[in-house]
Amino acid sequence: MAKVKGDIIIDIEKCKGCELCISACPQDGLEKSRQVNKKGYLYVVKIEDNCTGCTNCALVCPDGVLKVYRETKKKKEKVAEITNVTGDITVTVKE
Amino acid sequence: MKELKLMKGNEALAEAAIRAGCDAYFGYPITPQSEVLEYLSREADSRTGMTVLQAESEIASINMVYGAAGAGKKVFTSSSSPGMSLMMEGISYIACAELPCVLINVNRGGPGLGTIQPPQADYFQAVKGGGHGDYKLIVLAPSTVQEMADFIGLSFDLAFKYRTPIMILTDGALGQMMEKVELEPQQERSKVELEWATTGRKNGNGRVITSLHLKPDEMEELNLHLQKKYREIEANETRYEAINCDDADYIITAYGLVARICQKAADLAREKGIKVGVFRPITLFPYPYKELAELASKTKGILDVEMNAGQMVEDVRLAVDGKVPVEFHGRMGGIVPSPEEILHKLEEKLAGGAA
Amino acid sequence: MNEKRMLDDQHYETMLAEESLCTKENLVYETPAEALYDTPMHYCPGCGHGVVHRLLAEVIEEMEILHDVIGVAPVGCSVLAYNYLNIDMSEAAHGRASAVATGIKRVLPEKYVFSYQGDGDLAAIGTGETIHTCNRGENVLIIFINNGIYGMTGGQMAPTTLPGMKSTTSPFGRDVDTMGAPLKITDLVAELPGTYYVTRQSVHKPANVRKTKKAIMKGFEYQKLGKGTCFVEVVTNCPSNWKMTPLDSNTWMEENMLPFYPLGDIKVPQKGEN
Repeated sequence: MAKVKGDIIIDIEKCKGCELCISACPQDGLEKSRQVNKKGYLYVVKIEDNCTGCTNCALVCPDGVLKVYRETKKKKEKVAEITNVTGDITVTVKE
Repeated sequence: MKELKLMKGNEALAEAAIRAGCDAYFGYPITPQSEVLEYLSREADSRTGMTVLQAESEIASINMVYGAAGAGKKVFTSSSSPGMSLMMEGISYIACAELPCVLINVNRGGPGLGTIQPPQADYFQAVKGGGHGDYKLIVLAPSTVQEMADFIGLSFDLAFKYRTPIMILTDGALGQMMEKVELEPQQERSKVELEWATTGRKNGNGRVITSLHLKPDEMEELNLHLQKKYREIEANETRYEAINCDDADYIITAYGLVARICQKAADLAREKGIKVGVFRPITLFPYPYKELAELASKTKGILDVEMNAGQMVEDVRLAVDGKVPVEFHGRMGGIVPSPEEILHKLEEKLAGGAA
Repeated sequence: MNEKRMLDDQHYETMLAEESLCTKENLVYETPAEALYDTPMHYCPGCGHGVVHRLLAEVIEEMEILHDVIGVAPVGCSVLAYNYLNIDMSEAAHGRASAVATGIKRVLPEKYVFSYQGDGDLAAIGTGETIHTCNRGENVLIIFINNGIYGMTGGQMAPTTLPGMKSTTSPFGRDVDTMGAPLKITDLVAELPGTYYVTRQSVHKPANVRKTKKAIMKGFEYQKLGKGTCFVEVVTNCPSNWKMTPLDSNTWMEENMLPFYPLGDIKVPQKGEN
C-alpha cells in the first residue's frame, strides 16, 4: 500500500521544546534542534521525510506550533467539453 | 402617571427597581432586608421578565451581579451589614472593572452578628472603602421611604454614567417602616447593547472585563483613571439638604433617618429660642465638605448625631477644619435617639445656658 | 540517531523548498486563527492548558459561535486565558467563576457561557459556587482543569492532590488523616440533578485530545438545547510544580492520577432524553 505523504511546518519561535510532539509522532520523524529560539528553547525540527500528515504532533502541542499538510490525490481535471464545433479550434490541455 | 402607595421602605425600593426597568437581582436573605428578595420574587418576573435569583450566599450574589453587570445589564443586590461584609471582595472587583450596578445596604447593628436593630455603623465600610484597594462607591443615604424609591432610579443613572458601583446606605428602621410613597411609572427594560459589555464578540477583538493588571505602570494608570473619575464625581454629584441653616447659631449634622429626628430636635430648639439648623448629606461620597464648611463658619458650633460610635463626624471635622467646635452624640446597638435627647445634648455640649 | 540530529534548520528549510506539499489545499491541521490570538502563551513547556485553550477555540470556530460565546476566566494559571482566547471574556474572583457565569447566562440566556477553572479555584475556594451552580442546573459549561496542585502560587497542595503526593504545603506527602482525602468533585456534581453531562478527559495523547474536543463540543450543544449544567474535567499535568519533564509528567499522570481519576463519561444523557 502506498504510504500517504504528509508534511509539517513548525513555528520555531513559538515552540517551547516540551517534546510532547516528538513522543506523539508515530514515525519518529521529529527531534529537538541543537539551536535555541529567541525565547531560549531548543525547538523541535523534522528529521525524517516520512511524515504521513496524521496530525498527532499538532494535537498534543500545547503551543499551537504545528501546521500539518497531507497530499491529496489530484482528480483528473476535465478541461472542457466541446460541442457544436463549427470551425477549426485549438485546445491546449494542461498536464 | 405617578402612583401613590403605602409601602415599607424595602418594598418601595424593590418596586422602584422593577419600575426603573431593572434587568436582574441576585440576593440572599438576611434580616432586616429580606423583603426586597421576597417582593421581587413575587412581582418582578411576571411584570417585566426581570431575573430574580436567590443565590447560595452573598459571595455568590455579588459575583452574579459582576457577571450580569459585565453584560451591560441593569442589575442590583441588597443585603444587611454582615452580608455586605461578605460582598466586599466582589465590590472591589466591580469597582476596578468599572461595572455599573447598585448595592443596597440595609444596616443592622454590629460588630459581628450584632443585632437586627437599625444603626449607622457601616459608614466607614461604605464610604472609606470596605473592600481592598483604592476605590470609592457613590454612597446615597435616603431618609424617607420616598427617597428609598427615588434613589433607585438615580443610582442606576449614576452607575451607568460613571460605570461605577453605587451604594444606597440605609438602615433597618427605614427598611421596615411604612410611609406613603409616590412611584414613577413603569419604564421599559433597555434593549441597547453597550459597546464595552461582554455580550459576545463583535467586529474587532474579544472584549475583556477584568480587574487584573499585572504590570505596575498599567495598574497605576488604571488607578489614576479611577481617581480622575472620583474627582469628576466629587465635582458633579455632591448632594445635600440644608434645613434652616442660613440664620442658625448651631447646626446639627446627620444623615439618613437620624436627620429627620434631628429636624424635630431643631424645631424644639427654635421653640426654645435657640436657632438650630440641620445639615443632611445625601451623598456620603462625594461628601459635601465645601457646602458644610461654608455654613458651619457662620455658626457657633456643630453637633453631629449618628447611630454609631462616631464615624461621619470625622468628615464633619474635616469639613469644618477647626473653625468652630464640633461635638458628637451617638447611640449604638440599634437604639434610636429621641429629639428631646438630641436637644438636651445640644444644650449640654454647645448651647449651654443659651436657653 | 546522531546523524539525524545533525539536521538543522537549513537542511529543514531546503527540504521544505523541495517539497510542494505545504499548500493550502493539502492543509489538514492548523491552529485556529479566529478564536485564538497568534501569541505565545505564558504557560510552562508541556502544560495542558495550551491544548485545552486551543480545543475551545477550535470548537468555537467549528460551531460558529464566536460572536455568541462569553467565557469566564478563573484565578490561577489560566487567569490570563483572555489574552489567548479572542472572544468576549470576564475575569472572576478566585472560585467565583461559576457564579459570574450564572450572572451572565441569566441575563443573556441565548448566548453560550462557559467557565474555565482550575482545581483550587473550582474545588477548594469555589466549592460552594460550583455545587450550587450545578445543582440549579445553570445552562453553562464548566471546564475543570485538574492537575492536583496549585500552579500559579508555586506548587501548594490542592483539594485534588493525591494521597502521599508531595507539594510545598505537604512536603512529606499528603497525609489524608490530617489533610483530608482528595476531593472527587466531578463525581460529586454528577450526583446532582442539575447536571446533564459530566465527563472526565485528558489531553496527554492524540486520542484523548480528540475525545476532550468532542466533550467540549457536546457541552456547548447541550447548552444550546437548555439541558442543564455540563461539566468537563480535564486531568492534566503540571511539569513545573511536579518537578518533572513534560514527558515524565504525562507518564506520572497516567500511572498515578488516572487510576484515581479514571477517564470517561460519568453522567451521560439517558436514552431518549437527548
